[in-house]
Parts: sequence; structure tokens; C-alpha cells
Amino acid sequence: MVIIESTELNHLLEGLISRGYLLVGPTVRSGAIVYDEIRSAEDLPRGVGDEQLPARYSLRRRDDAMFFGYGVGPVSWKKFLYPPRLTMFRATKAGKGFTITPGETEPRPRTAFVGVRPCELNGIIMQDKVFLGGPYVDGAYKKARDNAFIVAVNCTESGANCFCASMGTGPGVTKGFDIALTEVLQGKRHYFTAEAGTSLGKEVLGALSTREATDPEAKAGLDAVARAGTSQVKRMDVRDLPQLLNDNFENPRWDDVAKRCLACTNCTMVCPTCFCSTVEDSTDLTGTHAERTRKWDSCFTMDFTKVAGGNIRPSTRARYRQWLTHKLSNWMNQFGTLGCVGCGRCITWCPSGIDLTAEVDAIRGNGVHA
Amino acid sequence: MTHETMNAPAAPREGVRLHPVTVKKVIWETDDTFTLQIDLGALGNTFNFLPGQFNMLYVFGLGEAAISISSDASQTGTLAHTIHRVGTVTSGLAQVKRGDVIGLRGPFGAGWPITAARGKDVCIVAGGIGLAPLRPVMYAMLRERTAFERIILLYGARSPLDILYRVELEEWAKEHNVEVLVTVDRGDSSWKGYIGVVTTLFSYIKLDARATVGYVCGPETMMKYTIDEMGRRGLAEDQIYLSMERNMKCAVGFCGHCQYGPEFICKDGPVFALPRIRHLLDRKEL
Ligand SMILES: Cc1cc2nc3c(=O)[nH]c(=O)nc-3n(C[C@H](O)[C@H](O)[C@H](O)COP(=O)(O)OP(=O)(O)OC[C@H]3O[C@@H](n4cnc5c(N)ncnc54)[C@H](O)[C@@H]3O)c2cc1C
Ligand code: SF4
Ligand code: SF4
Ligand code: FES
Repeated sequence: MVIIESTELNHLLEGLISRGYLLVGPTVRSGAIVYDEIRSAEDLPRGVGDEQLPARYSLRRRDDAMFFGYGVGPVSWKKFLYPPRLTMFRATKAGKGFTITPGETEPRPRTAFVGVRPCELNGIIMQDKVFLGGPYVDGAYKKARDNAFIVAVNCTESGANCFCASMGTGPGVTKGFDIALTEVLQGKRHYFTAEAGTSLGKEVLGALSTREATDPEAKAGLDAVARAGTSQVKRMDVRDLPQLLNDNFENPRWDDVAKRCLACTNCTMVCPTCFCSTVEDSTDLTGTHAERTRKWDSCFTMDFTKVAGGNIRPSTRARYRQWLTHKLSNWMNQFGTLGCVGCGRCITWCPSGIDLTAEVDAIRGNGVHA
Repeated sequence: MTHETMNAPAAPREGVRLHPVTVKKVIWETDDTFTLQIDLGALGNTFNFLPGQFNMLYVFGLGEAAISISSDASQTGTLAHTIHRVGTVTSGLAQVKRGDVIGLRGPFGAGWPITAARGKDVCIVAGGIGLAPLRPVMYAMLRERTAFERIILLYGARSPLDILYRVELEEWAKEHNVEVLVTVDRGDSSWKGYIGVVTTLFSYIKLDARATVGYVCGPETMMKYTIDEMGRRGLAEDQIYLSMERNMKCAVGFCGHCQYGPEFICKDGPVFALPRIRHLLDRKEL
């Protein structure tokens, strides 16, 4: 473990730029911290914090100069690995037939993701299973994933909607990063402990003028991360969760939550693990050029389950149940883990403030138990 | 090959490549259902499928639909799809003429485990367009007719005019010793056959419960009644297979649309052994 002084954070970013990486990281845009292209440490939300509650998000000025003193915002990294819109192919009429060209011809820039939180890194690992782990591989995802360099940042504070400790996905990273940072600010002393997770990460760190962390320096970082875990208030009771939801397909709570759920799809859009998509086919006015676009979709939309005879899940009750049951039960059968990383986004960005941990508690409280 | 491994390609591959293929013949089976015979061209050299698998068919600029392969899997270079016109894409496909080009990607999914039926009786139950994915099973079994004992086909159509593959049904019965029983929901003046839902046909046959494999495809309600009937007649659940249907966008496990509880119908199915999905069948709005 090495030390990067807070004043030298930019050297790390410059090092990545000089290796040809495009930097994407947290930055303030219209009242929220989002992930977007950044050019230097100047663009980071230094001294900016946030308040999150069910259906509430606001930024606040911190009384310190932390670079990473905020919780996850509405944008997740899936935007860069699995873009909201993707042209899958273009087709051009030629005689009686047509020719097909791939949609993505531009090479994807190598991108460094700066400030990936532990829960989010676990979200990426979950999407890897979806897009790379089965019999088929999503080519666009693979390209973007292979080109991504991950600078993870451990959490030293928990927001009110965070429950990564329950899900085992935070507040510290354990795998999947090239470099992991922990930001430590004690009085005037402001530094990062840095650890490489890959040989490439080691190389990038090695090129900086760093020094080994002293034991107290390393410990201060570890303690701060541990505190973020122990101070976390929100909890998800995960005991037998897949079985619980499977057994409670007809729980009255689904009717109750359906009265509050607007089926707006916000939760699925902000969720770092949700992977559903639809396609849109179109032609130009002359009818000679056609293309197919893939777009994020949500199991909350009416048409999601359309078949010739109608929709399979016409009620909001059934759609909320699909969402929660997929994340916390079926995901286990499909991919061997739960499908939620406890980032709390779906709670923050739900206009009705529906909190999935509370829904699980309610089902546990009145439900069928195996 | 076991049922579980049938759908797993040897190496991870992209399931998204679309191939332009030429339609060499359009056969109108009924007023609203037609068969496209497709010339696979260069794709024919590598294209192999299992009975029960499906392709995604693309109409230029209009979109894609999941359609089962309805032809004989032993033919190379060519295949057929039988399509019921119900909406946008299937109507686009209905306008295709001989020589036109459509897009095709596939084959996808797990097929019917025909080896499970060797040396046994086979009871196939189909409703409407559900006969299409079962026709390749008939072809495969008839090629080795002696490897199977009785072959029973119970088929239900809406009306006499909606019966698919009429000529073949007669041929199978007359020349291949297949017990073909057809019923219609509504008869007409010329119809001398059975009237009623497909499950009523069970009262005209006797099944040897211990040695019969069942393959079922049709509307979900019809399949539920059919497996109940098979259960009543003593067929073991693990001898019954059914083909499920859901909305499909990608066919490769990415888009999430076809989820049926924990199953992705596109890659885990569409053909399932009954025990695997038995507990899901009675769940409404799943
Ligand atoms: C594995 C599988 C095999 C099938 N095999 C056949 C076959 O051999 N012959 C045949 O005629 N039909 C078959 N179908 C049904 C066929 O896919 C639908 O009828 C077709 O997609 C309807 O599309 P459309 O654009 O004409 O209808 P529209 O109603 O205009 O479709 C609108 C949307 O709903 C979706 N959709 C509508 N109905 C279905 C459906 N039943 N299943 C999935 N998505 C649907 C379409 O994908 C489209 O996005 C099969 C379906 C599946 C899942
Ligand atoms: S379900 Fe909610 S808390 Fe869980 S990963 Fe998705 S957005 Fe985060
Ligand atoms: S919760 Fe809904 S939108 Fe998210 S992955 Fe599951 S089915 Fe798709
Ligand atoms: S059709 Fe897309 S996941 Fe099955």
C-alpha cells in the first residue's frame, strides 16, 4: 500500500491521460453528482457532499475538502459499459436483398473510471455475468469492459439509503479494481492510500512518486472504511431471501406497494445491475436505409411482456413483484448471487420513496415462511 | 446430448449476427398462416438445428419475431418457418414473395429431447401454430420409425380451415403408422371429425403410462389442461416436455423480456421438462 498526497491526486489522473485513457469520473452537473468526462482533479466534486433519503437527493457544501465525500448519484457506470442507446446494425437495400453493417464502427476509447464505489464495482461484476458469463457474449459490452481501467474509491461515509454492508458489497472493495484508493482527511493531513489490484494498476502506481504507507497511515484508512460499515443505518435482512420471495408470490404486500408504485421505471434506470433492453427498428424516408437501436428497457413498462394475446403482467402489482423477485430471488438461480448491491439509488430516485428493504421487511413480517 | 447441454454452444459466441437469406417459396397453409421456405445460401454450410429450436426473423426496417423452425433438421441448405400472422412483424413476413430477402439469426434455445423417447411411445399434443415446432420432431422420428413404438399426435385447430399441414397429417397416418387425431373448436358442414378442445381427444386413445413420452406445444391454457390430463392418465412428470412462449427481443439471455420466474425462455427453453417449471405454471402474471 502506497501513499498519494491529496495535492498529488492529479498526477495519477495525468498518468492515466498520458497512457491514452479518457477519464470519466464524478462531477457536479445541475444539482447532482454524475459520472461524466473529466480532465483533471479540478473537475472532481471537491468539498461537495449530498443528503439522500427516500425520494430525496440534494447536494450540500461540506466543511472540508474531501474529493470523494459524497454518496452515489443517479448515474451508474453501466452507462459507459452498456450504453442507454446503441446502434446494433445498419441495413441498406441492394437489389432484392440488403446488406448489413455493424452499428459500432468507431473504436471505443480506452476509458478510466475514476471513483468507482465498492457497491458499484460489484454491480459491474454482476453485469459481467449477464453479458460475458453465459453461452453468448455481448460484443459491445466486452469491448468497453476490456478497455476500462478501474480506479475504485472505498467509502468512508455511508448515506442514509446505503445498505452495502448487508449485501456484502461494501464499504470496502475486495476485487475487480486496477487501483483502489481510500481518502483520509484528519485535520490538516489529507492523503490517499492506494493499492494495485492488477499488474497494470501496479505499473500506473509505480510511475508516480509515491512511498510506502506507514502503519498508522494505512490503519487510518482501514478504520475510516470500517466506520462507514458500522455506522450504516439501513439494513437488508438477507436471510433466506430467495426462498422468502419465491414462497410469497401471493403476499398481500404486493397490493399495498402497487398503490404507491407509479411504474415510472426510475428504479430500473438508476440501478447498476438492471440489464433489460428493447430494440427499435426504423427506416429513413426513402426506405433504403434501416437501423436497429438497442435501448434500456424496464420490467415496469406495459409492453415489456407483450405477446400476441396481450400482456403477461398488466398490473403494477405483478410488475413490482417481478422487479423485487428478480433482484432478490431469481437472480440467485440465474447468476449465483443476489442482484442488488445495496447502493440505495432505487430508494433515492423513487418518486414515491418506496424502499425495497422495507418491502422485504413487510413481506417477512406477514409472509409465508419455509 | 442431454437436454441441459443441447442449448450450450461450445464456445461463447455473439448471438447477434443477422444473415440475409432468400425466400424460395411461400406456401399459404390457411387464411392467416403460411410457410416460408428459405434458402440459407452460404450460411447453409454451418447451420444445424435441433427440432424445437427457433430463429429470429427480421423484416427490413420493421423488426424481428421469434419463429420456430418447422422443417426437417436433416435437410441442409434450406429450412422452413410456419408463421401465424398476428401483428406487425408477422404481417410484414406475410408480404414476402418468392425471391425476397429477409434477415435470420439463430438457431436458439433448447430443443425436444428426442432420444428420451427412443424405444417408447410418444404422445404429441399440439394446439394451433404449436404444431409448427413439433413438425421437425415428426420428421426425425419417422426417419427412424422403428426406433419408436406408438406415435400419437393429438392436434387441435380453431376450425377445419385452420388445420395445418393437412396432406402430411394424412400421410403420417396412412403411411407411417402414426395415430393422428384432429379436433376443431368449431366445425362446419363438411367436418366429420372431432369437435372440442384438444384434451377431449385423450378419451379416444389409451396410453401406456409407464412407457410414454409427451411433447406439448400450444397456448398456455391448453398446455395446462393437457398436462393435467396426462397426469390423470399416469404419465410421470419427467416424461412430459413443453415449449413455452414469452416476448423475446434478443434470444440470447440479454434483454430480460422472456423471463419466466428464474428461467430465460430463450436460452433455458423454450422446451422444458415439466418438473423444472411445474411450480411456475399456476402463477398468474408471472
Ligand atoms: C420460442 C418462440 C417460438 C415461436 N414460434 C412461432 C412460430 O413458429 N410461428 C409463429 O407464427 N409464431 C411463433 N412465435 C410467436 C411469435 O414470435 C409472435 O407471434 C410474434 O413475435 C408476433 O410479432 P408481431 O410483430 O407480428 O406482433 P405484434 O403483436 O405487433 O408484436 C408486438 C411486439 O410484441 C412481441 N410479441 C407479440 N407476440 C409475441 C409472442 N407471442 N411471443 C413473443 N413476442 C411477441 C413482438 O416481439 C413485438 O415486440 C414464437 C414465439 C416464441 C417465443
Ligand atoms: S435494487 Fe436498488 S439498492 Fe439494489 S442495486 Fe439496484 S438501485 Fe441499488
Ligand atoms: S428488475 Fe426488471 S428491469 Fe431489472 S433486470 Fe430484472 S427484469 Fe430487468
Ligand atoms: S429473449 Fe432476451 S433474454 Fe430471452
